[in-house]
Amino acid sequence: MTRLLVGPFNRVEGDLEVNLQIDEGRVTEAWANSPLYRGFENILQGRPALDALVIAPRICGICSVSQSLAAATALRHAAGITMPENGMLSANIAHGAENIADHLTHFYLFFMPDFARDIYADQPWFASIVDRFKATVGTGAAQWLEQRRRLLHVLGIVAGKWPHSLAFQPGGSTKSIDKGEKIRLLSTVQDLRRFLETNVFADNLDAVTELTNADALFAWADNHPTGDFAQFLTVSRACDLDTLGQVALPLMSQGAYHNLEGSLFSRGVFDPATGKRNSVNIDAFSEDLTSTWMQGATAHPANATAHVDADKDEAYSWCKAPRLNAQPVEVGALARQVVDGQALICDLVRAGKTHVQARIVARLIETARLVSAMEGWVKALKPGMPFCEEKPMVKTGTGSGLIEAARGSLGHWLAIKNGQLSHYQIIAPTTWNFSPRCAAGVAGPLEQALVGTPVRAKEHDPIAVQHVVRSFDPCMVCTVH
Amino acid sequence: MLAGKPFNILWLQAGSCGGCTMSVLEAGSRNLFDELQVLGAHLLWHPALSEATGRDVQDLLNDIINGDVYLDALCIEGAVMTGPKGSGKFQMVAGLGKPMAEVIRDLAARARYVVGIGTCATYGGIPAAGGSIGEATGLQYLDDSIGGLLGADFVSSEGLPVINISGCAPHPGWIMETISVLTYGDFSAEDLDALGRPRFISNHLAHHGCDRNEFYEFKASAATLSDRGCLMENLGCKATQASGDCNLRAWNGEGSCTKGGFSCIACTAPAFQNIRNYHETPKVAGIPVGLPVDMPKAWFVALAALSKSATPERVRRNAHADHVVVPPGRVPGPRSDKGDKS
Repeated sequence: MTRLLVGPFNRVEGDLEVNLQIDEGRVTEAWANSPLYRGFENILQGRPALDALVIAPRICGICSVSQSLAAATALRHAAGITMPENGMLSANIAHGAENIADHLTHFYLFFMPDFARDIYADQPWFASIVDRFKATVGTGAAQWLEQRRRLLHVLGIVAGKWPHSLAFQPGGSTKSIDKGEKIRLLSTVQDLRRFLETNVFADNLDAVTELTNADALFAWADNHPTGDFAQFLTVSRACDLDTLGQVALPLMSQGAYHNLEGSLFSRGVFDPATGKRNSVNIDAFSEDLTSTWMQGATAHPANATAHVDADKDEAYSWCKAPRLNAQPVEVGALARQVVDGQALICDLVRAGKTHVQARIVARLIETARLVSAMEGWVKALKPGMPFCEEKPMVKTGTGSGLIEAARGSLGHWLAIKNGQLSHYQIIAPTTWNFSPRCAAGVAGPLEQALVGTPVRAKEHDPIAVQHVVRSFDPCMVCTVH
Repeated sequence: MLAGKPFNILWLQAGSCGGCTMSVLEAGSRNLFDELQVLGAHLLWHPALSEATGRDVQDLLNDIINGDVYLDALCIEGAVMTGPKGSGKFQMVAGLGKPMAEVIRDLAARARYVVGIGTCATYGGIPAAGGSIGEATGLQYLDDSIGGLLGADFVSSEGLPVINISGCAPHPGWIMETISVLTYGDFSAEDLDALGRPRFISNHLAHHGCDRNEFYEFKASAATLSDRGCLMENLGCKATQASGDCNLRAWNGEGSCTKGGFSCIACTAPAFQNIRNYHETPKVAGIPVGLPVDMPKAWFVALAALSKSATPERVRRNAHADHVVVPPGRVPGPRSDKGDKS
């Protein structure tokens, strides 16, 4: 039995170190360490309530709109404000653009380059994967960066700039969109559609989102082999990515992209082991600090307090251990699509476990679904009608803001006293996924998913471990904040 | 670029949000990788972009520190977390078991240029806000006090202090143009302002080129954030005091903070994180405390009174709406018999 410390772990957003126990060529136990602490929850304490809109987005320059929307939602909840429809649509459009940028950046820049490593040089697909995905030189990544810059024009129009905008307020959006801007938004989203239909899928988006099961997916890929998605599916079959990074934990989604009628993706918890879908009880959330360099009782984020203790012996991460009904849960695009009942993604996890392949497919299917929705939101904007409801912030109150960031459920809990924030707690998507062990000794989702991962002889940075870790698209800067 | 040798860049993320990397990914007329190639720049390693991981990165960092691999530009994104109690344990470099603060210090001693990317790396930024227990600092400043991690006397091997590209996040052009200038060796101490910022950025104020200029001239002020009027008098806008050519170039295609409907919060300035009530203008006797830089108060008061009395009805009404309610231009009427018919 050997131990292996893997880090610095790159092409994840932020800092990560993974500690592995290996026996007979397999990982037998894993510990995920989030090694950076910045102290945002302390910084927010005592600030005027609306200052949260400046500070909270700066937790993360990748999920900046998500953090912004979670803070605005918590403040809106505290103040009892209702947004006008234009404000909701603007938020959805901006959020959709950010989330798609995250999904495709993950695919082209973070996840796929590992298959262009020399370790795969003997594979028949290697040459074409190197051409498209080799880190910093792949043609796919270069084309995506050009498309990404175009896509971010959506945020230039709706949010002024990205990352770190102040456009999203409790009452809606500060930026009213006129008819010219509306057309420019539509043309930008249509450019994205063209990129997806040409480079990513090599087929029209409806054909992709209508696929209902794994057999249909692979048959489709055989007929559309030039797209980057099909290239991934070739690699996935060759490397058995559906057997890698398996875990059987509840999948949670807070529901995403709300409008007056409801939300595009539904809210709930799905248990892959039983196939049952239930409602989420956010009162059953808790944060456990057993393995965290902090002191404090296990508590709900609306009440939790924590004090730093960098010398705590049994701790191994700055990340807290969030639990739902005392259980870890997996979050992300896969959870969102399963909770929403998307047929293909449900079929991919029908055996009761999530895995690397399903996580990647879910992000791309979600991207395809989002583009059509974004076109609809842009068309529904009503220039000349209000984008923001003006109502003063309350001096005293409590609020929570639960949303879905690209990487999964994000929650902000705050309390206001005398106009100032007296409490602020955040649980970010990767806090859930990369949670350390809790008092009961239960490992977090990544830690569980790594067990059984093959390790080749003399590998000091095992390739399969890289695939499993990156399949979660971790955002480490959000994780600890 | 020295005699055909690539310009070696190492980019590390200290106590960062990753936003400066997200920004620079947008740089260039095509894409970042082409841009770097044209410059003859070689990315030794970037945590979000490079293939190398784990042991290979540990080896690279050690090789640079030992002088076996040369380093042209050390680019640091994020504040340096020196806590708790100066131990640096708030950010241990994964796999290395050493504080990031120590690694940065060792690398800076080997670099021809040290570049602070973003307000966190330059002045401490948000992680250095009051109430923070992280003991965060910038590379050579904490707020506007010189010192920081590397000390007031630090100069890199080219004889320059830390080059500070502030902004939260900085414009991608600010980052790439600064790196580009360094690859051409066309940069000296005279190109830096008093806070270590490239003057080609900080020679301008965020106010220059603001599309609310007409409202500013007439002191036709917005009352709430979605109004089109000037944001300075009531809503805390710091653009007349904040460095940066923010409104002289487009953000994400066509945006800027003020175009997005919200006030400038002076994110390029040291200690912007300690402003309270960002969207309220502090006033004494009804007069904003933070007046435009180098404008005598009496002049401001006199000019404001005069311009307010001369505000056209169109400007006054549009200032209090979220879209143009009165378009510019004369309303066509019947042809006048008295006018010049030539």
